Amino acid sequence: MKILAIDSSGLVAGAAIYEDGIIKAEYQVNYKKTHSQTLLPMIDEIFKMTESDVKDMDIVAVAAGPGSFTGLRIGFATAKGLAMVINSPMVLVPTVDALAYNLYGNEQIICPIMDARRNQVYTGLYTFENFEFKVIKEQMAVDIKEIIKKINEIGKPVIFTGDGMPVFKEKIKELITVDYSFAPAHLSRQRAAALASLALEYYEKGLTIEADKATPVYLRLSQAERERLERNRRLLTKQN
Amino acid sequence: MSEKDIYILAIESSCDETAAAVVKNGRDVISSIISSQIDIHKLYGGVVPEIASRKHIERVNQVIKEAMKEANMEFEDLDAIGVTYGPGLVGALLVGVSVAKAIAFAAKKPLVGVHHIEGHISAAYIENKELEPPFISLVVSGGHTNIVKVLDYGKYEILASTRDDACGEAFDKVARVIDLGYPGGPKIDALAKVGNPYAIDFPKASVKDSPMDFSFSGLKTAVINYVNTCKMKHKTFVDADLAASFQKSVVDVLTEKTLKALKDHDMKVLSMAGGVASNMGLRQSITNMCEENDIKLYIPSPILCTDNAAMIGAAAYYDFINGKRDGWDLNAVPNLSF
Repeated sequence: MKILAIDSSGLVAGAAIYEDGIIKAEYQVNYKKTHSQTLLPMIDEIFKMTESDVKDMDIVAVAAGPGSFTGLRIGFATAKGLAMVINSPMVLVPTVDALAYNLYGNEQIICPIMDARRNQVYTGLYTFENFEFKVIKEQMAVDIKEIIKKINEIGKPVIFTGDGMPVFKEKIKELITVDYSFAPAHLSRQRAAALASLALEYYEKGLTIEADKATPVYLRLSQAERERLERNRRLLTKQN
Repeated sequence: MSEKDIYILAIESSCDETAAAVVKNGRDVISSIISSQIDIHKLYGGVVPEIASRKHIERVNQVIKEAMKEANMEFEDLDAIGVTYGPGLVGALLVGVSVAKAIAFAAKKPLVGVHHIEGHISAAYIENKELEPPFISLVVSGGHTNIVKVLDYGKYEILASTRDDACGEAFDKVARVIDLGYPGGPKIDALAKVGNPYAIDFPKASVKDSPMDFSFSGLKTAVINYVNTCKMKHKTFVDADLAASFQKSVVDVLTEKTLKALKDHDMKVLSMAGGVASNMGLRQSITNMCEENDIKLYIPSPILCTDNAAMIGAAAYYDFINGKRDGWDLNAVPNLSF
């Protein structure tokens, strides 16, 4: 089983090749260059380095979203283009799930946070029970206060991860009432290798999709759509 | 042709059209698929960049596959992948650029980034096999207004540009003022046909002391002011007369400056390019000017004037045979200069 996994949903861009139980190569960059400039050169490099070919891949996996709208589309367009040529299915792995999967085996609450702007975070709640990955709260876009409230209600220790940590650290410290920790650097960003491992689980459950139909999960409408809905709602209330 | 034929898959996603085409030797369109998003953007009175990008990612594979299927080709049969990398909406461009790079990488084909305007200019090669540089091209679209001297394939000299709005943009804005909806160009054109172009005296879309520059912003403001003044004074005006007078003001300046460019550079061949080249008023005026001055005129069919991938395939071919190749780090450049 061979998987090419791609994640360009956040500040980090990465690619990994999974082959029969091992990560054969992984390349991750957290630098100011745009993902458009780094992603395909990284993919090219890992195939060259491992003397392998994208044509041999059985699946192309990509971070499904949420995340940076543009980042997600760079990942999707790349994955869709590759999958189209090599004629392989795709696996779409929810971004926040893959982030949580970095902390495999952790029996505390895992709370990934990505900065979603407008005071919101892309987040979710996860844990491992007897080494099985459990989704407590599916990924969502909410106010940081709301997710902390939820954690406080559960009342168990929590470990935070994700590129939203530096932005919301102070807010978390201020509001949290349970024991907490922040994941160390090597576990605190999206990793294509974790995405590949989780993609394998999805694949084994039959959760594949044709490349033609693959589209990101934004968890949010565009600003123009939001404003249009808001206008229509106001008009409706006026009429009633 | 004794040498091997060159087949290019071209991809275009710079604005609100997702398009793919297979073009042979830069001149023969084997297939050309255009998926327009116009109905969605109409709801918002103009192109919404984020929605455009979302639609591109949904449609891009189907459009490319359809183009390949219609051409009856496999990716390995291609010689290169061409793609628009600017100018345009960055999020929209990135979809085309990323998918083109991925296809070129997986199929082990060279990648050629194409300038969108070079694409528009190259559209004229498709239906006119005898057309060869040098010639003058009048590029008029929603994003661009240029008079360009095509020195050779891939070699250009810009003779005139707009200082502010593109002329297509002015059409859209004026259409909005009189509630015609989006896209405004075709609607103003249709209305202008039944209006009196001499009814209202609007300023010319040129720049004082700069004979080769356009300015559409002042004209647009004059139209808006005229409409507002009428409303304030409870005076009525005829939409068709306003459309005809505005259009005449635009068309006169475009025609005048194009003729000046032809004369100054002693050129006898002109082509038109871009979405506004479909405007009947402009076509008529330029056609008359060319007849009077013994200029050979090439105007692409409307389907080749608006955004399409066939024109990108034509431009990519000449870039390709000139040896242009791009790397896997090719980025979208929203304000790419010419």
